[in-house]
Amino acid sequence: MSLLVEVARSISAIGVLRMWQRNWTIFKKIFWLATAPTFIEPFIYLLSLGIGLGLFVREIEGLSYIQFLAPGLLASTAMFGSSFETTYDSYVRMRYERTYDAVLATPLSIEDVIGGEILWGTTRGYLNALVFLAVITVFGLVESPAALLLIPLLLIFSLLFAVIGMIFTALVANIALFNYYFTLFITPLFLFSGIFFPVDALPIWAQRLAWFTPLYHVVVVCRGLVLGRLSLDILISTVWVSAIALTLFLVPIVLMRRRLIK
Amino acid sequence: MGRAIDEDVVLAKNLTKQYDGLTAVNSINFGVRWGEIFGFLGPNGAGKTTTIRMIYGMSPPTSGGLTVLGLDVRRNIRAIKKRIGVVPQETNLDTELSVLENLEVYANYFGIPRRIARERAMELLNFIYLADRASTMVDALSGGMKRRLLLARALLNNPELLILDEPTTGLDPQARHLIWDKLRSLRDQRVTLLITTHYMEEASQLCDRLVIMDDGRIITEGSPSELIDKHVSREALEIRVAPELTQKALDVLIPESESYEAQDENLVFFAPLADKLLRTAEEAGLKIEYVLLRRSTLEDVFLKLTGRRLRD
Ligand SMILES: Nc1ncnc2c1ncn2[C@@H]1O[C@H](COP(=O)(O)OP(=O)(O)OP(=O)(O)O)[C@@H](O)[C@H]1O
Ligand SMILES: [Mg+2]
Repeated sequence: MSLLVEVARSISAIGVLRMWQRNWTIFKKIFWLATAPTFIEPFIYLLSLGIGLGLFVREIEGLSYIQFLAPGLLASTAMFGSSFETTYDSYVRMRYERTYDAVLATPLSIEDVIGGEILWGTTRGYLNALVFLAVITVFGLVESPAALLLIPLLLIFSLLFAVIGMIFTALVANIALFNYYFTLFITPLFLFSGIFFPVDALPIWAQRLAWFTPLYHVVVVCRGLVLGRLSLDILISTVWVSAIALTLFLVPIVLMRRRLIK
Repeated sequence: MGRAIDEDVVLAKNLTKQYDGLTAVNSINFGVRWGEIFGFLGPNGAGKTTTIRMIYGMSPPTSGGLTVLGLDVRRNIRAIKKRIGVVPQETNLDTELSVLENLEVYANYFGIPRRIARERAMELLNFIYLADRASTMVDALSGGMKRRLLLARALLNNPELLILDEPTTGLDPQARHLIWDKLRSLRDQRVTLLITTHYMEEASQLCDRLVIMDDGRIITEGSPSELIDKHVSREALEIRVAPELTQKALDVLIPESESYEAQDENLVFFAPLADKLLRTAEEAGLKIEYVLLRRSTLEDVFLKLTGRRLRD
C-alpha cells in the first residue's frame, strides 16, 4: 500500500510525456520500416479470409463474411499493435539498449518511464487501428456513423493491451518467454473472441469464460459500432474495458519499480 | 544558488546497502567537497557502482544517511537529478539516433527547450571533438567516441556535480588522456567530480582526494601523496634475489625500511630515500639479480591494503 502511495507521488504528466516523446522521435525516423508490416497484416487476414472463406460462408448474422470479419480485425489490430510494443520492444529497451538506465539518471522517475512506455504502446496500437478503420471505411465495410465513437474508444482499448503487455514484461526473466505470452494468451484471444465466428458457436462454458477476457469486449464494441447495431452490451463492454484498464494501470509501474530500483 | 561552501556536495553517513543477504556497501562514511575531483578506487565488486547508484536514486540505501547537494536522496531525488550529470559504467546511448539527436533527446528529459538544446549540444560536441560527427549514427562510433559522447550527454544540464563510473575503462592511452584533460578542465570550471576507477594511474593523475574501497568498506582516505606517505613511503627499492637469499635480504633491509611488500617475484622495500636501502644491501654483500629504484605509487598502497586475492 505504501508502495502505491510512493508510485502515485512519483509519477508526473510531464515526465510521462517526455518518455513518450523519446519513442515518438525514434519512431518518426524509421516510420515506414517499423509500421509497414503491422499495417499490412490485418489486410492479409481480411482479404484471404473475407474473400476466400467468404465463398463458403454465405451469411453470418445476416452479414457477408467480410462485413462480419472487418470490425473483429479492427479490435485485434489494436491488440497486436500495443502488445508487441510493450512486450518485445519495451523489453529490448529495458534489457539490451539500457534505455531505462539512461533515462533514470535524468529527472524522470521510473514511474514516468513506465507510464511513458505504456502511453507509447497505446499509441502504436491506436495508430494501427485508426489506419485499419480508415481503410475499411473506404472499402464500404463501415455501416454506421456510430463508428466515429471508436476514434476515442480505440485509445482505451489499446491502453488495456499496452498495460497487460507491460505487466508481463515486468515479470519475465528472459525475452524467449514472450513466446508463451503470445502463444498461450494473445493467440487464443485472437481466435476465440468472436472475430472469426460468433462466440455463441462455442460451448456454454467457453462463452462464459470469454466474457472475462479483454478482446471479447473490444470485439463487441467494435462490431456494434461499425455495423450500427447499438445495444446495451456495447455500453457494458466499454465500461468493462475502461474499468480494467484503469485498475491495472498502476500494476506494471509498481512491478517495474520493484524490478529496477533496488 | 544559496550553497554553503563548507557543506559537502555528497555526504554519506554509515551508508549501507544490502542485497538479500549480501552486503554490497557496508556502513561507509565520506564527504565530497565543492570543486574537487573525488575518487573511488577499488577492485571488482568493491561496491563502487552500488554507491554511485545510491547517489542518483537507482538504488535506495538500506540504512544510513546520504545527502547530495544538501538534499536527502530519499526525499528529493528528482531535484537532485536535475542538478547532476551521470556517465554510467555501461554505454547506454540511443543506437537508432545520430550523435546530435542523442543529445537533443536527452536534453528533452531535462526540459531544455529545443533551440537551446541544439546550441548546447553543438558546444559540447566541440568540447569533446565530435562536432564533425554530429550526424553520424552512434553505432558507427568507436568505443572512445562513445565514452566522449556519454560525457557530453552528462553535461547537457550544466551539472554542479558530475559522476563518472569508470570513465576510461577499455580506452587506449590517447583517448584516456583526452578524457583526463576534459575532466580537469571541468574542475577548473568549478564542476565537482566524483569518479570510480580501477586504474591507479588515473586516480593519482586526476583525484584531489580518494577513498580505497574493498568488500563494501572504505579502507583508507586521503590525497594520493598522503596515502603514499601514510601506507608505504615516498620511494621504493624493488629487487629480485635468488630464492635462498630471500631471508637474508629481508633481514638486512626490513630494519631500514618503513614498509615492505612482496610483489610477484620481487621484494619491494619502501623508504624516504631508496638509494640508501640499495647501499645497505650492497654493503651486506647481497647478490641482486634485478634492481629498480622508483617512486612509490598508489598501486603500492592499493596492493598493500587490498592484497592479491582475486575478487568476484
Ligand atoms: N542488483 C544487485 N543484486 C544483487 N547483488 C548486487 C547487485 N548489484 C551489485 N551487487 C553485488 O554488490 C557487490 C558490489 O558490486 P558493485 O557493482 O557495486 O561493485 P564495483 O565496485 O562497481 O565493481 P566493478 O569494479 O566490477 O564495477 C558485488 O558483490 C555485486 O555482485
Ligand atoms: Mg562498477
